[in-house]
Amino acid sequence: MTKQVQQLDRVIIRFAGDSGDGMQLTGDRFTAETAEFGNDISTLPNFPAEIRAPAGTLPGVSSFQLHFADHDILTPGDAPNVLVAMNPAALKANLGDLPRGADIIANTDEFTKRNLTKVGYSANPLEDDSLAAWRVHAVPLTSLTVKALEGFDISKKDAERAKNMFALGLLSWLYHRPTEATVKFLETKFAKKPDIAKANVAAFQAGWNYGETTESFSVSYEIKPAKLKPGVYRNISGNQALAYGLIAASVQAKLPLFLGSYPITPASDILHELSKHKKFGVRTFQAEDEIAGVGAALGASFGGALGVTTTSGPGVALKAETIGLAVTTELPLIVVDVQRAGPSTGMPTKTEQTDLLMAMFGRNGESPVPIVAPSSPSDCFDAAIEAARIAVKYRTPVMLLSDGYLANGSEPWQVPDVSELPDISVEFASAPNGDDGTTFHPFKRDPATLARPWAIPGTAGLEHRIGGIEKADVTGNISYDPDNHDRMVRLRQAKIDGIDVPDLEVEDPDGDARVLVLGWGSTYGPIAAAARRVRKGGGKVAQAHLRHLNPLPANTGEVLRSYDKVLLPEINLGQLALLLRARFLIDIISYNRVRGLPFKAEELAGVIQDVIDSE
Amino acid sequence: MSDIVNGLNGRGLSLVPKSDAKQSMKDYKSDQEVRWCPGCGDYAILAAVQSFVPELGLKRENMVFVSGIGCSSRFPYYMNTYGFHSIHGRAPAIATGLAASRPDLSVWVITGDGDSLSIGGNHLIHALRRNVNLNILLFNNRIYGLTKGQYSPTSEIGKITKSTPMGSLDKPFNPISLAIGAEASFVARTIDSDRKHLQSVLREAAEHRGTSLVEIYQNCNIFNDNAFEPLKDPATRDDITLRLEHGQPVVSATKAVRRGPRGLEVVERSSVAEDEILVHDAHDPDPSTAFALSRLDDPAFEHVPIGVFRNVDRPTYDEMMREQLETAVAAQGAGDLSDLLLSGDTWRIN
Repeated sequence: MTKQVQQLDRVIIRFAGDSGDGMQLTGDRFTAETAEFGNDISTLPNFPAEIRAPAGTLPGVSSFQLHFADHDILTPGDAPNVLVAMNPAALKANLGDLPRGADIIANTDEFTKRNLTKVGYSANPLEDDSLAAWRVHAVPLTSLTVKALEGFDISKKDAERAKNMFALGLLSWLYHRPTEATVKFLETKFAKKPDIAKANVAAFQAGWNYGETTESFSVSYEIKPAKLKPGVYRNISGNQALAYGLIAASVQAKLPLFLGSYPITPASDILHELSKHKKFGVRTFQAEDEIAGVGAALGASFGGALGVTTTSGPGVALKAETIGLAVTTELPLIVVDVQRAGPSTGMPTKTEQTDLLMAMFGRNGESPVPIVAPSSPSDCFDAAIEAARIAVKYRTPVMLLSDGYLANGSEPWQVPDVSELPDISVEFASAPNGDDGTTFHPFKRDPATLARPWAIPGTAGLEHRIGGIEKADVTGNISYDPDNHDRMVRLRQAKIDGIDVPDLEVEDPDGDARVLVLGWGSTYGPIAAAARRVRKGGGKVAQAHLRHLNPLPANTGEVLRSYDKVLLPEINLGQLALLLRARFLIDIISYNRVRGLPFKAEELAGVIQDVIDSE
Repeated sequence: MSDIVNGLNGRGLSLVPKSDAKQSMKDYKSDQEVRWCPGCGDYAILAAVQSFVPELGLKRENMVFVSGIGCSSRFPYYMNTYGFHSIHGRAPAIATGLAASRPDLSVWVITGDGDSLSIGGNHLIHALRRNVNLNILLFNNRIYGLTKGQYSPTSEIGKITKSTPMGSLDKPFNPISLAIGAEASFVARTIDSDRKHLQSVLREAAEHRGTSLVEIYQNCNIFNDNAFEPLKDPATRDDITLRLEHGQPVVSATKAVRRGPRGLEVVERSSVAEDEILVHDAHDPDPSTAFALSRLDDPAFEHVPIGVFRNVDRPTYDEMMREQLETAVAAQGAGDLSDLLLSGDTWRIN
């Protein structure tokens, strides 16, 4: 049977199943195949906070969305074209996101009366006409897998568990994905259990063959490779890119990396990743709590390491006092906040941009801290190096504001040439700096950067004491002098205000837009995709994205003032808008949603168009 | 009697560079004016430390004193070494990061009973269980001094203070029991007024590789004067001080410790035969007897064990951390950034 092959420019697939069904792994493998094929990709995993919620229930649904295309794309996509639903819960939980006409591949074996009842279906939706608006492919994935694995020396349970590989095989056929890497991956992953490895490979191949022979799928699809910049690429998630960026920063700063951290969702993967790279001299310290994590990092910085702590919002709250200590002792420190939905415990696996004001102001006293926010998963690499550059050059704690969306999302990354990474090394103080040639003044500043000398223990002649009590300008001795305190508060502020950050760039292909859409952090993808849509429809919009939130680029006010209207979408209730209004007296138009999810491009395109139309 | 097995002890300072020049007490005095209340026990401790450290013969620049918040935590300002006066309760955490990344430093934590047992209790017990190469000097005056006289986690029940006009309700911590409970590898108690004993304990602590906790009974003459007077008064001290010396019977002038049917008991020395008296084994890997000794400390000061309760050898966190890095490099070679970035599935676009 010859099947029809249809060309598409882009596809969005969502794999959904029980959290034990291996959907994240399935998504990862499909992503790897797609990357190898050469499409541009953006992914969004979405999983429950519960490790194993009761099987078959709505809270237990885990999903992985993947957007791939023959052109460069910016987001994991708004609405799936294809939903793979491994059980009724996965169908029910995701149906609302599915546009009419989309494909549903449902595992009929799991649509039992019991499972249907668990999620409130009184009748089987695959058998009545309730899904008439979609193209339903009812496939008994489990029993087909078990049948394909007859004769393998594995238990029935292990055979059933391979159903995700059957589904992956089917999807790989449907979209003409290369399969060799997945076979190799399975052989490596189950190297210690060769029977399981063989069974998974067989299930994967059976899924492919099923696609080729079944009448349930009459069409398969081709999506040509994207034209990306020449170079070597790999797929990378935000947390992995951030960890690599920290290692690169350590190499480029010529300082040993010390991570003090306490496990917290969604930041823990950075700790896991860094703990693997001991051959780079990376020390990872899993502390007794968040406070000890940052304390140890600061202690290591005092000793001449690149001290880093990684956490999420609740952890930043606990670390605030130590960050203040780093501000006043003027020691380098990187604080990575992978933001999640708050307040309090909030929704740990869901994303948000709600820690900006905490990063800015969440400490006692006047304690300015530079803030850098990456704009995409792969940008986490460069943002980490930039945070380290500022920390060591200006001897200051730096906040790196990632979020759950960046942390777990992934995209192809053009691997940089190491020789082109910036040299961010600095020199430790090695000699007395007093006028008498013998005294050391730990708070005598570099006139250009206002940074104080970084004199590490073990350096003879520079013995000195620092601490949280106010210090006299220059000498660093304890001081309660009113004028000295006023001077030191202003000096610390001036140092941060004077950090060299690049100008804010504006993208306006037409050059005559009157509306600027501004963003920061992880909203870059959806905002840029929305701006493209608006322009495609004839609308004129300029786009700018802030990576440095403190200090702001010097031209920020000028850029904002040069447009009639400035629209600022944020996944908070207007935190950056508050800062910009206060600073520049410009009435920013805020667009805010705090649903724990990234913006959708279509949604933002509508918002931008409305602002243009109201001109 | 347990012996030191693999020779780790005694090399607490083996990685710290030695000074070529002969040092004296004045080398370790900073130019800062000491600002404790006149008569404070902290002066005696400072003088004892300043006069003791020169005999370690270390490079002064390789010594670091880290403190938290409280009267005692001003200590680093007065030592002409590197120093870090940090925030309340967090000194063990900060010192852990420093000591774990810098084996060439001799790191000392200066803390008080409020700093280490109240706000910083978590960091203290975790530092002790990890066994990072640190010396923690816990100045215990059983009162909050810097905040002007509230009861502390070592104050006796019923303590009348500004915050407890009808008496405090909470049972105090016994810092030695707490430390042994956390399986600290070195635990000792000494007194501010007994310089000779204080220095001998400090010497042993410095030479111990791992976390050593030294509780120093320290008098706050403003808010809790004479808290330890029975241990200092020549009329009573020899009777109530049970000296702990490795290999020696645990006795005071008049009392002795023996194993009774329900654990250790303190009896009149004259009532027991010499061979019934408990012989102190500071190097016993099992902490049970050391813990039992710590329970002999009674609030009424009828008898108080003083000395090194426990000094055992166990691997230190910083050493093991270093070994893991060395093992990784030995097995895989030093890290290459380009290789790292190109690891995993890659593809080329032309």
